[in-house]
Amino acid sequence: MLQRTPLYETHVAMGGRMVEFAGYELPVQYPTGPTAEHHAVRTAAGLFDIDHMGQFELAGPDADACLQQLQVWDIRQMQLGDAHYSVLCYDDGTVVDDIFLYKLGGRWLVIVNAANRAKDWAWIEHHLHGYDAALIDRSDELAMLALQGPQAEQILQKLTDYPLHTVATRTAIETDIGGQYVIAGRTGYTGEDGFELYVPTEGVVDFWKLLLTTGQADGLLACGLAARDSLRFEACMPLYGHELGPTINPLEARLGWTMSWEKSFIGREALLKVKLEKPARVLVGLEMVEKAVPREHYDVAVNGKIVGYVTSGMKSPTLDKFLAMAYVPAEYSALGTKLDVIVRGQPKAAVVVKRPFYKPKYK
Amino acid sequence: MASYKLDQSVKYAKSHEWARVDDDIVVVGVSDYAQDALSDVVYVDLPEVGDTVTAGKQAATVESVKAAEDVLAPVSGEVVEVNSALEDTPEIVNERPYDAWFFKVKPSNLEADLAALMTPAEYDKFVEELE
Repeated sequence: MLQRTPLYETHVAMGGRMVEFAGYELPVQYPTGPTAEHHAVRTAAGLFDIDHMGQFELAGPDADACLQQLQVWDIRQMQLGDAHYSVLCYDDGTVVDDIFLYKLGGRWLVIVNAANRAKDWAWIEHHLHGYDAALIDRSDELAMLALQGPQAEQILQKLTDYPLHTVATRTAIETDIGGQYVIAGRTGYTGEDGFELYVPTEGVVDFWKLLLTTGQADGLLACGLAARDSLRFEACMPLYGHELGPTINPLEARLGWTMSWEKSFIGREALLKVKLEKPARVLVGLEMVEKAVPREHYDVAVNGKIVGYVTSGMKSPTLDKFLAMAYVPAEYSALGTKLDVIVRGQPKAAVVVKRPFYKPKYK
Repeated sequence: MASYKLDQSVKYAKSHEWARVDDDIVVVGVSDYAQDALSDVVYVDLPEVGDTVTAGKQAATVESVKAAEDVLAPVSGEVVEVNSALEDTPEIVNERPYDAWFFKVKPSNLEADLAALMTPAEYDKFVEELE
């Protein structure tokens, strides 16, 4: 049985095209279409239902010590209200999940991928053993929305007295917005400025409608999963199951910047070895030289020999280019390296280009 | 689903291509229902002029934000012209599906091939039953 977010009926009423994603029925697009929704986020603003993501709370006297060991980022650098991206690794250095951490008053909020919610819960619970800390699943009580785009602040400001220009990128506040208690993080998954909003579930339908009405004059559009994917793709943000997974380590995925080597964390020894030896394969950005749409799982070849595979690929709506992310052996990862993507049996010329394709525009 | 448009001057294949007879040539595209189901079209891979196409077999590929889908030839024959405008402006498949033709065929078995296609009324019913 597929799960639904509290906004399911609202999406259907808005003409959202509902599809299965990570066990949830979610809108892949609205009648405006994914390309228009994508451009709305780059030029104005977009509103996403992302309540399929799991929201865990970790609290207790040992919460910091436990979290420090569980994930790769050094949380001692985080102040109250800070938010940061991180990774949960297995002992062998491969990826359990990529997560977002919020340091809130007296507790941590840990945001996990929908597809990994049960797995992450079990994995964190297992590693809580011996710590005086409690893991609480807030996923049913909190609904999660993303308001993204250059107009996001202006729209949200109409609904709150809190001076939002003082909220720095990767920090969060707890305040009243539109008459509701909201945790608002200046975070996102689109490469644009914006907010991720945690709203009590019982108020989220009204809050969603209020945001859409408030933002209408500023060009706000409701956006589906297709636009979410194309936006994160242009910004080269990894998606679990594509760029990340249980057979991929974060150094291959170019997430070395998240690793705090000077502290202990699960997977550190295995990853330190990879770091010293250099990963044998790495994630690269590809631009098609010959017109063709590179898609997930397509082979990447050099002189007819298959050397890698595409993890995500599409025609970039913002850049108007056919682009892909792919795993290839390190020897083929230098910028300018010529490779082929095999599209329906035909090799199509591509070249390794700089990542991200679209440079994020944060405040 | 969203309501879709039917062009009364064409015949339709079960795989959602349309075929319009224009003198001794058959013009081929995809239906409004098909473009809506595809979502935003980003690329089309067209056959070459001179290629032989066979009714019911793949002749072109249409790529949307969702997936790559085969475009089947509704009639057999030789490709005499392709709509290269689609290469730069594939979005017209979404905007004007009955103008956005993919290729033109000089048919080799026209009567039998046409007989196997659906009239607009039959296609309308066919699509209704898909829902």
